Amino acid sequence: MNDSANLPETDRPPATSDFIAVKEADELTRQTTIGKLKIPTDVLRAYTMVFALIAIWIFFYFSTDQIFLDPRNFSNLMRQTAVTGVLAVGMLMVIVTGQIDLSVGSVVGLAGGIAAITLGWLGFGLVPSIAAGIAVAVVIGAVQGALVAYVNIPAFIVTLGGLLAWRGVILGLSRGETIPTQLQSFKAIGQDYVGPLIGWIVAAMAVAAIVWLNVSRSRSRKKHGLTASSPAMLILRIVGPSLAVVGFIYMMNAYEIAPGRYAGIPVPVIIFLAIALAGAFLTQNTTFGRYLYAIGGNPDAARLSGINIRRHLLAVFCIMGALSGVSAIIYTARVGSASPDAGQLLELDAIAACVIGGTSLMGGRGTVFGAVLGALIMASLDNGMSLKNVEPYLQNIIKGAILVAAVGLDMAGRRRS
Amino acid sequence: MNPESPATFLEMRDIAKSFPGVRALDGVSFDLHRGEIHALVGENGAGKSTLIKVLGGVYPHPEYGGEIAIEGVQQRFANVRDAEKAGIAVIYQELSLVREMTVGENIFLGREPSRFGMIRWDELYRRARSLLDDLHLSIDPHTPVRLLGIGQQQLVEIAKALSHDAQVLVLDEPTAALTDSEVETLFVILQALRERGVGMIYISHKLDEVFRISDRITVLRDGSTVGTNPTSQWTESQVIAQMVGREVGDIFPAVTHEKGQVVFEANNITVTDPDVHKRLVDNFSFSVRSGEVLGIAGLMGAGRSDLLMAIFGAHAGVVSGEVRLEGKRVQIKTPADAIKHGIGFVTEDRKRFGLVLDQTILNNMTLAGLRQISGRFVTSIDAESAAGERAMKDLRVKAKSVFTVAGTLSGGNQQKVVLAKWLLTKPRVLFLDEPTRGIDVGAKQEIYNQISVLAKSGLAIVLVSSELPEVLGLSDRIIVLHEGRKTGEFTRANATPEAVMACATGHDRAAA
Repeated sequence: MNDSANLPETDRPPATSDFIAVKEADELTRQTTIGKLKIPTDVLRAYTMVFALIAIWIFFYFSTDQIFLDPRNFSNLMRQTAVTGVLAVGMLMVIVTGQIDLSVGSVVGLAGGIAAITLGWLGFGLVPSIAAGIAVAVVIGAVQGALVAYVNIPAFIVTLGGLLAWRGVILGLSRGETIPTQLQSFKAIGQDYVGPLIGWIVAAMAVAAIVWLNVSRSRSRKKHGLTASSPAMLILRIVGPSLAVVGFIYMMNAYEIAPGRYAGIPVPVIIFLAIALAGAFLTQNTTFGRYLYAIGGNPDAARLSGINIRRHLLAVFCIMGALSGVSAIIYTARVGSASPDAGQLLELDAIAACVIGGTSLMGGRGTVFGAVLGALIMASLDNGMSLKNVEPYLQNIIKGAILVAAVGLDMAGRRRS
Repeated sequence: MNPESPATFLEMRDIAKSFPGVRALDGVSFDLHRGEIHALVGENGAGKSTLIKVLGGVYPHPEYGGEIAIEGVQQRFANVRDAEKAGIAVIYQELSLVREMTVGENIFLGREPSRFGMIRWDELYRRARSLLDDLHLSIDPHTPVRLLGIGQQQLVEIAKALSHDAQVLVLDEPTAALTDSEVETLFVILQALRERGVGMIYISHKLDEVFRISDRITVLRDGSTVGTNPTSQWTESQVIAQMVGREVGDIFPAVTHEKGQVVFEANNITVTDPDVHKRLVDNFSFSVRSGEVLGIAGLMGAGRSDLLMAIFGAHAGVVSGEVRLEGKRVQIKTPADAIKHGIGFVTEDRKRFGLVLDQTILNNMTLAGLRQISGRFVTSIDAESAAGERAMKDLRVKAKSVFTVAGTLSGGNQQKVVLAKWLLTKPRVLFLDEPTRGIDVGAKQEIYNQISVLAKSGLAIVLVSSELPEVLGLSDRIIVLHEGRKTGEFTRANATPEAVMACATGHDRAAA
């Protein structure tokens, strides 16, 4: 009864799934049995990652004489996560639509370089230099997105070309020199803290938001005649995340930069959290986000449901460009200068963060939460191994092995069920 | 013809095969002599393809019931390779050649003549040449397959089968994509093979070809054999009667629909495949009134799906023609345009075109109408759940909740989800393309009832189906499509299965 030979050709850009075997239906209800419990593997996976992160933290905590989780290092760890984390949010959206972007490392280098040139060499102020850096990255995203969406060139090829070309552009523009960025307000983006008071205000707002979201959701469910979750469940849903928020702010505020002076949240972490929240909202609570998942899950069904695949792909690559720009500004500000080889291999960190966070490279699956968690795991490994003075070559080997093992375990779990 | 040596070469006895929820084959028996062309005919879904896949080792031994014997020796194929070793070669509708390799490489793929691990290219091409010569084919074995037309590729497949020393050759709709002259070439070759003693199973919808080439005809219906006779003892109308023979009407709701104004009109729709310059749909026009079910009958590949895809703005080919909604001419360039104008399209092949399989029922149901149901930009999960749960109840989708993953549902429930998706866009016209393909009778009946309810509520419905009873049982009016052209139009009262099937097979164009 297979009559695919008679079906019309589809008219859309290629997706990763076109080149890889299609998933089997029985994979969809994967369940893992632990004792008497049967848990959907997807849910289990999210928890596994949280536990993996906690395990990594505990391991480094004890093996670094508790330095790893002291407020100073914790604050550093979060700052390190910011650059990859911002990229991972964009990369998640790209991968969810069944595409890939290999150029982000080079784009970070170029956008950071442009910002530094505007600031340091051309002498423009803070705002023009930030705008120039981000604008360049958005334009690059738009060009690459247009080639993928409207010229039907596979994203792998377009962005592999970009990886080489954009790096070449910054090497040429900077004549191979490292460009310093002296302006204090620029450096603040990567190096400053907002102070404990703002930290507590953020915490209060976050807790209020959590309460409001849960209560209004439960009301709205009642209004639509749906069964609302039990009061106990509601309280758990409010208390759990609230505790995490308060704990996080407490750690950030406990970092004593100078005697009697406490840090608060680092500026790049504030930017990162804002982007992660916006990304989570965009992917989970908007029609735009839902269309991304549909496009990645089944491009043909998405197209026939009236979704303009090309326009969405273009938008996603533009978003990826914009976030590369933001990431470049944070990175350049943190380092205090733009070197022409800045950002190398960042694309792989971003992709690894998504994959460790449960994103399917075939498209249609993955969450911002997972990608952020993945970025945090990667940064924790980097940070912890550096504290333990693990040699750089070994760090690479270990990170590579962990990436492959994470996906390997997942595949093994699928086969068993 | 070789009727004087009817020694049975291949015998299949009581073959049974079930899929979850569907009994595809229910005790089919079939035999084949040496040097015979035995045609296998039946409606779509009668079980022909399943039978061939059992024979070809696609469904390995313990997965089916019954026995297969070659020259009296029982065979149990564990895989396709086993079947090939036993001399059975199947040429499926979708050809299985590697497009980037040459003809010679394809013929000997996986069995390249070699010495010390090095391929002996001269030997390979020499043997390929002689195989092609045997078939009187002038194709150069060095030609990459992608440069060949479908017809020539088909012949290469046959050469490949013969290189396996195939004694049984199965051809599944071999002429579906061929031009008339290519069909002639194929028939000459098939006759030559018959002289050589190769037994052939010939599956086709085109009865004129079946009667020209075959020695015997077996009719399959609903997974059972309904008759095997020498071709000379059949008439075309007898074959058609056997193919459609089941009771029509018993599972269909007996309602006559109140017809209103003409809601939808398509004029002179022509669809051309730019790659082969073939007209898939040729100057086809139709209109539907509100509350009316218009059936479009036709066999697979007649251009039915092309027609609907083209109107819906989703066809990759070149489309011309005019579409009017409530008398007003509209431009539909993309599916989004079509949806905006109130057209819903329950597409064929729900797994490929209808559903995002690893998403929830709810996400699938709201995909097409998301902006109306949920909000222009910010979505409301509660508004969606409420709409989804209502649709689930209305259409009686059997699942634990709207958050069940669509890919885990049975075919019937998946189909209901696709239907719900389109109803949630609040269409004025609903296209249904093969709405009950591959689902069990119970679910079929529920979908039939639903179609009737929708028509009663004033929706204009265009129903495309290759299952004749379905078209006859549900439609107020029936148009028959054959090779992209209208070959007949019937009202419910004067449509008989025989007359419609005759138009659909191109056998009788008198009614056009």
